[in-house]
Amino acid sequence: MRCRRCRAPSVIELRRHNAAFCRPCFLIHCRDQVARTIEEHHMVEPGERVLVAVSGGKDSLALWDILLDLGYPADGLYLGLGIGDYSDESGRYARDYASSRGARLVEVDLPTDVGFDIPGGAAAARRVPCSACGLSKRHLFNRAAVEGGYPVVATGHNLDDEAAVLLGNVLRWSTDYLGRQTPVLPGGDGFARKIKPLIRLGERETAAYCVLTGIDYVVEECPMAVGNKHLGYKAALNAIEDASPGSKAAFYLGFLQRGLAHFAPEAAADRQSLSPCASCGSPTTGDVCAFCRLTEAATRPPQGAKPAPRRRTAPPR
Amino acid sequence: MGGVKVVLRNPRRELEVAGPLRVKALLDKLELNRESVLVIRGDTLVTEDALLGDTDEIEVRPVISGGCGA
Repeated sequence: MRCRRCRAPSVIELRRHNAAFCRPCFLIHCRDQVARTIEEHHMVEPGERVLVAVSGGKDSLALWDILLDLGYPADGLYLGLGIGDYSDESGRYARDYASSRGARLVEVDLPTDVGFDIPGGAAAARRVPCSACGLSKRHLFNRAAVEGGYPVVATGHNLDDEAAVLLGNVLRWSTDYLGRQTPVLPGGDGFARKIKPLIRLGERETAAYCVLTGIDYVVEECPMAVGNKHLGYKAALNAIEDASPGSKAAFYLGFLQRGLAHFAPEAAADRQSLSPCASCGSPTTGDVCAFCRLTEAATRPPQGAKPAPRRRTAPPR
Repeated sequence: MGGVKVVLRNPRRELEVAGPLRVKALLDKLELNRESVLVIRGDTLVTEDALLGDTDEIEVRPVISGGCGA
């Protein structure tokens, strides 16, 4: 198999593109896809500082690496989730990468800084762990960006992630979620802009990028995620992709081009009804935001125990 | 004895498969979807038409993650 660009022996084939690439040309392909996505969706304005949500996994480390290579002023943010050895190992990969590139890594630790970990918090709040985790990440990433003066938060959601989320939303016709499933969520009113520059790269590509650039990342799956619905949707989509390469991209990118506009008005109306959370000041549709309710449930002392001093979350500036 | 030494992940385990065989044949034998793994030999990747011999040691690494990517 020969590289499509230079005819050298290839190291990876991408059936979706009906192409194979050698190492140098594959890395160019990855950077081109990210640059094209950022430009097409007007994700970053000149001079804006970007805060990259870094987990220690392949997607976020590849994203950070590509943004730095493309010349963006990008710092990392690692959120410690308190998931035992998995979090310890993930944090190590994030720190090692930052150190190797001489890049700045901001760290927030959920147990230390807020007072609960994901396994305990999810159980106390009677939420599934992935739900408590996603909620905590969205809130704390945004808060760190707003407080740190970053107008943009970049996450490592890739084509497979977005296609799997879309499949889940379509299966339930969750029209409110469909209206918000955009590569860019605008900033303002207490929100940093959220961007997903990897939507044109599959997770096989981000993993390959890390292997070929020598970036070490946590390969093990999060123990909280084992057996979740998201993985089931990905397996179903990969079975379709294997039989019909390009299906995932056609599904998700086709949605952006031809489906999203039908659902966007509902999401825009939801956004207009936001007001500051009575507890932390972050934008919310209710009186108290979902993260503060999670924190309240997760840090509530057991009945009969002496109450611990409550940590008040700081409002965004 | 001998064969292609294959390291699998999540959980980590090792097995040997009689060579020579193509990467695609190996993945079929292991019932793995080509979209969900990378095949690593040394510090690089190999494509599905690559021939694996009895002296080869490879890692079949899953690429599917269940989190939100951040």
